Amino acid sequence: MSQDVLNTITEILTEEFGVPADDISADATFEKLGLDSLDVVELTLVLEEKTGVKLEDEELEDVRTLQDAVNKIAEKQG
Amino acid sequence: MATAGAASARPEIVVTGFGVISPAGRGYEASWQNVLAARSGAATDPLLVDEGTSVTISCRVPAFDPDEELGRGSARRLDRFTHLALLAAREAVAHAGLTGDDDEFTIVGTDPDRVGIALGSGIGGAETWAEEYPRYIGKGPGRVSPMFIPKMLSNTGAGTVAIRTGARGPNMTVNTACAAGASAMHMARDWLLAGSADMVLAGGVEAGITGLSVATFAQMGALSRNPDPETASRPFDVDRDGFVIGEGGAIAVLETREHAEARGATPLAVLAGVGASADAFHATAPPEDGGGAVLAIRRAIEDAGIDPEQIGHLNAHGTSTPLNDAAESKALRSVFGDHTDRIVVTSTKGVTGHLLGAAGAVEAAFAVQALREGVVPPTANLVNQDPDIDLDVVQQQPREVDLDAVLSTSMGFGGQNAALIFTPA
Repeated sequence: MSQDVLNTITEILTEEFGVPADDISADATFEKLGLDSLDVVELTLVLEEKTGVKLEDEELEDVRTLQDAVNKIAEKQG
Repeated sequence: MATAGAASARPEIVVTGFGVISPAGRGYEASWQNVLAARSGAATDPLLVDEGTSVTISCRVPAFDPDEELGRGSARRLDRFTHLALLAAREAVAHAGLTGDDDEFTIVGTDPDRVGIALGSGIGGAETWAEEYPRYIGKGPGRVSPMFIPKMLSNTGAGTVAIRTGARGPNMTVNTACAAGASAMHMARDWLLAGSADMVLAGGVEAGITGLSVATFAQMGALSRNPDPETASRPFDVDRDGFVIGEGGAIAVLETREHAEARGATPLAVLAGVGASADAFHATAPPEDGGGAVLAIRRAIEDAGIDPEQIGHLNAHGTSTPLNDAAESKALRSVFGDHTDRIVVTSTKGVTGHLLGAAGAVEAAFAVQALREGVVPPTANLVNQDPDIDLDVVQQQPREVDLDAVLSTSMGFGGQNAALIFTPA
């Protein structure tokens, strides 16, 4: 399940945010990938459409890496 | 160039670079060549066909990939009008000799803290509105992109040019609708005279071709219904029936002659005079006698400190609407009287369509090029000149003319008028 979410994030980042696939790994921070806080909010909107899980603003506060986001979504998917 | 009277005591403001992206082409020189050749930039627009608007033609700039040309994420984070601003700005700073080897945007060779940006835009991020509002209605407030406001704001073009070039001088966006590009140059000129900046990137950008804007212009009866895209924009022709909507941008580098010379730049022309006025008449229609435009032109001549008889060429607003072109003809005659017969007139909108807030800046670029080369482009699609248009409008082929001073006029919805006069460098 977590791998699915990571794949989904990777797909969104490469296709919609233009991030080079080679730069993407589970432990990469959004900052390192060139995404600012507005980009991360946008990413969560696309993720919501694809996974049905919405990460709220306060839940994003300690999300730094892709793995952090995957974990949060997995947590909410229960 | 003679600069008697009011102009003698103040610094001369020169143009040292231009960047243009227009339906006539990518770049200042390419656009100029297609304007000279009267090659129409109009085509059937797939977006408009798809949206089912009653008018489906437009004048688009040559296709480009924002991510490839302006950096990853540009397509998603910036509206199309900001892409156009960046492409015009990049060419302008290079043309003015302001870029180093490493970075194509960053201004070098002058203090960036003293470089201002003055841009005109009538509509701002029209495409962003068109994309985001349906999302808000269809999916709800929780799905609205956080990028909506920053992308859509009409001052984002100027702001983004500053981010890329490092220019930290005054940075403002002016809106006088279809006169905005010219008004921005007016404002920039005033900053330079006031000493608020050493240099200003000034011009206009517009990317307002959306189903909604075309639908409303069509409802107004402002757009041509001609089914043949290439002959639809026909300023001053008896069969003209409206304008063709266009997109594009032009940015000039303006500075004092002293500043240009100190950094070894070559002036292209002098921005000798500027004039602005309001019709105080109607939201969209010009007064029949061209009232407000008369004032703007007179003010520009007075500001330049030249004789009206020195004006040898007008790049007219010439939108190809029945009302505008007739009013403009009357305005010119009431300013210049018999000298009107000796002003060589063109409307480059026959090629470019109407670039709205970018029109004044793009046309200023063409007026400067006419001045430099001593040649006035023909008005594309002008076959039978309207007998009510009592002007010497160039037809078919470019005409060679020795020019002392050229005039470019712009009139915006809202009744706002701008006139710019350029003289040789």
